[in-house]
Amino acid sequence: MSQENSLDKDLNPFFPEQARIVRTYYLTKDVKFFQVRFVDMEKALSFKYLPGQFCMISVLNTGEAPFSISSTPSRPGMLEFCIRRAGLVTNALFGLKENSIIGIRGPYGNGFPIQKMKDKDLIIVAGGLGIAPLRSVLLYSLDNREQFGNIYFLYGAKRPAEMIFREDFLLLKERDDLECLLTVDEDDTGTWTEHIGVVTTLFNYLKNVEPSKTYALVCGPPVMYKFVIQELLKFNIPKHQILMTLERRMKCGIGKCGHCAIGYIYTCIDGPVFSYWDVIHMRELI
Amino acid sequence: MRVIKLNKQNLIPFLELISKEKELWGPVKKGDKYAFEVIDDFNKLQLYTTRTILPPKKIFIPPTFNMFNVTPKGYQNDFSHVKKRIIFGVHPCDIHGLLILDKLFGQKYPDPYYLEARKQTIILGLSCWPDEHCFAKSTNTHIVEEGFDLFFTDLETYFLVWVGSSIGDDLIKLNPKLFDENLTFKDIQNFIDWQIERNKAYKLEINFIGMPDLMELRYHDPIWEKIGGACLSCGSCSMVCPTCNCFNVVDKNFLGKETSKRFRSWDSCTLPEYSEIAGGENFRKNRSDRLKLWYIHKLQAFVSKYGKPACVGCGRCLVTCPVDINVVTVSRALQGEDVDAFWNKMSKEVTNESRK
Repeated sequence: MSQENSLDKDLNPFFPEQARIVRTYYLTKDVKFFQVRFVDMEKALSFKYLPGQFCMISVLNTGEAPFSISSTPSRPGMLEFCIRRAGLVTNALFGLKENSIIGIRGPYGNGFPIQKMKDKDLIIVAGGLGIAPLRSVLLYSLDNREQFGNIYFLYGAKRPAEMIFREDFLLLKERDDLECLLTVDEDDTGTWTEHIGVVTTLFNYLKNVEPSKTYALVCGPPVMYKFVIQELLKFNIPKHQILMTLERRMKCGIGKCGHCAIGYIYTCIDGPVFSYWDVIHMRELI
Repeated sequence: MRVIKLNKQNLIPFLELISKEKELWGPVKKGDKYAFEVIDDFNKLQLYTTRTILPPKKIFIPPTFNMFNVTPKGYQNDFSHVKKRIIFGVHPCDIHGLLILDKLFGQKYPDPYYLEARKQTIILGLSCWPDEHCFAKSTNTHIVEEGFDLFFTDLETYFLVWVGSSIGDDLIKLNPKLFDENLTFKDIQNFIDWQIERNKAYKLEINFIGMPDLMELRYHDPIWEKIGGACLSCGSCSMVCPTCNCFNVVDKNFLGKETSKRFRSWDSCTLPEYSEIAGGENFRKNRSDRLKLWYIHKLQAFVSKYGKPACVGCGRCLVTCPVDINVVTVSRALQGEDVDAFWNKMSKEVTNESRK
């Protein structure tokens, strides 16, 4: 006896909700910005999430993959993603025009511990596409500026053309309530007026860091972590206050498919945000 | 628990009666092994079997099944793999395997594809006699107290029938005349004798106590490279394991059509692409790292979460792995024993480097 469709879709955590691509444009030559909104008005307005959480995005007739949310929950109604063309699903996503329908489910993962970070100083360190999840927490802290102490934003890209949200971040430099430090590995334009060098060179500009009241948030290519963490440890920032968000293969996002397992934890449920202490403690994380 | 008796010659009439409205599955012979299949001919049903090739998980989560029908209008649930079923002949270790899957699939975001199938399925357990590969006594999964609707303990000429649920009770009510409600002292004595003899029949033993600590302390031990050097990364151990739950999800579309299906298939962490992410980065390129994850999950991680290993002692990995990598050899190697396994016989020329 077939039970087809007998189950309410709300009871199926694998069910992708329909969402519409409201805006999409290239941020760099292989990274695209997607602003999406749930088709169901109620879902669009009631969708709650934390900076650092992620969603599973489905492209009709293609597949599903995890993506960090780049927008901030302080600006509800829309979800934003920064996506690099890398495989089957992202290739199909890049082919979609504004107004196309995609599937979204989530939010998943632990996200950044916003409550614990309140009144603390933040050092946000991003490399390349690592800005995707960190933009969420950066915008969130700026939207709730009074809830945080000093904010340092350090962002490195290979070249000026590969700096995601370059214009937005150059504007941030005009604000006096945060320190925005931007760098490129090499300037092939001759017009770059900001720093040149790898992201760790920006740590020379951090003054008066009070380690016990500082949270560092790091995301970037795997090679970056080791060097950034060394710098943060030089400031004596406690290991459990150095947070990083990690990437793993995922097929469910809800602790079932096993792909993101590391020892006894699932990146999708127990992460993707981990502290440096977790990394030492659990091995294999980075 | 209500316990009654069933004369052996009444078993088939009882199964025939209850299979009228539901699909009955049971162990049948397949070559020199056994497999769970739909019983359309009761002559094929086997009562005295060792482990089946695949555990009964295949009935709840088929090796590949469709999760969604996809059209330009969106996604539509497909639960067509869920049917009203009865499985007869499930051994205690496999019932424990299902209880472990209940935990894995039931936690936090309950997985309806497994749980719906589970709800619709009646489990009729059957006692078994161990062979040289069974070690369920070491995992304490040779007996069951829950997870079945009826359980049949084979006492030669008759069964003791343990009624584990109200659904099981309803099945008996279909024809109570087949059963005998009156247990004599002799019956109880028969059962106790049977239990003692059966306990003695377990020849294979492993000591799981201390395994989580050993896994932790020998994490960087070269033994893993040695074992990994022998592993073929075939994934067979995961296919036959009653507690392996990993899966892959792939959309398949049909040529010339605007529709597709989203298939879910069994997967194994020992396969090379299992931990690969976009852009080709792979967190477990090395087969020893993948194998280590398999064993950490079963013998360490699950213990820290649920207080017991995710191994039910069924012996399937022992009879399936072509190169002797199984729960017994790996545990013993970690405990410092020089085990008689393929990895210890491999020539030095086949180094780990050449087999990554």
